[in-house]
Amino acid sequence: MKPGQFTYHAPRSADEAVAMLAALSPQEGRVIAGGQSLVPAMALRLAMPAHLVDISGVAELARLAVEGDELVIGAAVTHSRFETSAVAGPLGRLLAGVARHIGHYPIRTRGTFCGSIANADPASEWCVVAACLGATMVARSARGTRRVAAADFFQGMLATALASDELLIEVRLPRLAAAARWGFYEFSRRPGDFAVAMALATYQLADGVIAAPRIAVGGVEDRPRRIAAAEAAIVGASPSAALLQAAADAAARAVAPIDEKAETVNYKRDVTRAAVRRALAAAAIAEDQRA
Amino acid sequence: MSGEIDINLNVNGRNHAVRVEPRRTLVDTLREQCGLTGTNAGCEHGVCGACTVLLDGEPVRACLMFAVQAQGRRLRTIEGLAEGDKLHPLQQAFIDHHGLQCGFCTPGFLMLAAGVLERRPDINDDDLREVLSSNLCRCTGYKNILKAVRAAADQMRGAKT
Ligand SMILES: Cc1cc2nc3c(=O)[nH]c(=O)nc-3n(C[C@H](O)[C@H](O)[C@H](O)COP(=O)(O)OP(=O)(O)OC[C@H]3O[C@@H](n4cnc5c(N)ncnc54)[C@H](O)[C@@H]3O)c2cc1C
Ligand code: FES
Ligand code: FES
Repeated sequence: MKPGQFTYHAPRSADEAVAMLAALSPQEGRVIAGGQSLVPAMALRLAMPAHLVDISGVAELARLAVEGDELVIGAAVTHSRFETSAVAGPLGRLLAGVARHIGHYPIRTRGTFCGSIANADPASEWCVVAACLGATMVARSARGTRRVAAADFFQGMLATALASDELLIEVRLPRLAAAARWGFYEFSRRPGDFAVAMALATYQLADGVIAAPRIAVGGVEDRPRRIAAAEAAIVGASPSAALLQAAADAAARAVAPIDEKAETVNYKRDVTRAAVRRALAAAAIAEDQRA
Repeated sequence: MSGEIDINLNVNGRNHAVRVEPRRTLVDTLREQCGLTGTNAGCEHGVCGACTVLLDGEPVRACLMFAVQAQGRRLRTIEGLAEGDKLHPLQQAFIDHHGLQCGFCTPGFLMLAAGVLERRPDINDDDLREVLSSNLCRCTGYKNILKAVRAAADQMRGAKT
């Protein structure tokens, strides 16, 4: 349980971090942000980086701010910053509601939003949020800065579009409309554990019918994604128990669980069905009427 | 360098000048270089919370940080909780409510609870349960830990007003 040897680097600016990554990534160098996934992997010797570029102390990366219609989340922003609404409106409340499901408080004081996205665990709550809301990931390297849409960013279990010399400098989340509905449901064996399955749903009600639905599932496939069949089941209809059940059934059919055993696959489908139905049921209750 | 480097750690208000490899975790450094063995190392990969210390007032897992990362920050460990011979209300409450048996998890629970109560003296029972679920105890069954922290919280609040 002792990490292997590495050389430690503490850049003072984002530019310096990017320059370090350009020089060190070919020599097994990588970023450490909160260390809450990387250090356990190092303790287990699943990861043996030769150089660590520590971005946790770079003040400019701790920025969490609204720019136009987006919430911009810098690479050093910790999970715990979201526990009290980070931004006014439903997006802030959604993020606060979801943050509580990430590990435990002492994990959230160190772990970062962008670190979760870069790590791309299939059961990461933030990855589900990014996939559901259509986040934009901003990657910077000495070669330049590029933006990657969530649908292209997550490429499989712990696999993303990031190149080894790229710093995920920020993630941009589109703000939700003031009247947007949202609901999140996660099932895990114990509170704080990684999810067996989770679902996030948002939509708007226009003249009593559902518009612009987004339903994403995590913890089931090798990456989180929106489930088009479930969204199609509710768009243009007015919310009812039967409708939510139809969407949940559609999601359970649409997912391809990564487990190989038939009983686990069936179990994951069942939990997916329940998670989608409960997320939609939560969304159906207007925020000001929730307990 | 992956060789040893000189760092300064501020622990319980005292400066510790130590020489460590960058891969040295904070918990190992506290125990072996600073001689502060009150903080325990359990799982060493973030699951159990035995190593919990306060970093600028916030509870963190000391096994998931390298000592080099704690430079320039204020650390508090179990050794800094009592004032001389006077136990911290949390320590007394753990004794009074049988919040410990073997005691291995106790320093971690005390630092977790101290960090949270300082920030949220009015924390409600549900949130307190959620926070205390961060750490593992194989002996007590948690009920008495919860009782002890609740009692200390009430006492600390009473003492202030
Ligand atoms: C006990 C325990 C329980 C947990 N439970 C959960 C849970 O329920 N849900 C959950 O989602 N997570 C959970 N986690 C993981 C936690 O949320 C991590 O904080 C998160 O996965 C990674 O963020 P980090 O900042 O700690 O990244 P690090 O551990 O520092 O890095 C993780 C990986 O991402 C890379 N990386 C980090 N930041 C960047 C960046 N800006 N650009 C490029 N690459 C980068 C690193 O090189 C590394 O490969 C848990 C962890 C522990 C120890
Ligand atoms: S020793 Fe640090 S969490 Fe178990
Ligand atoms: S008292 Fe023994 S582990 Fe908690």
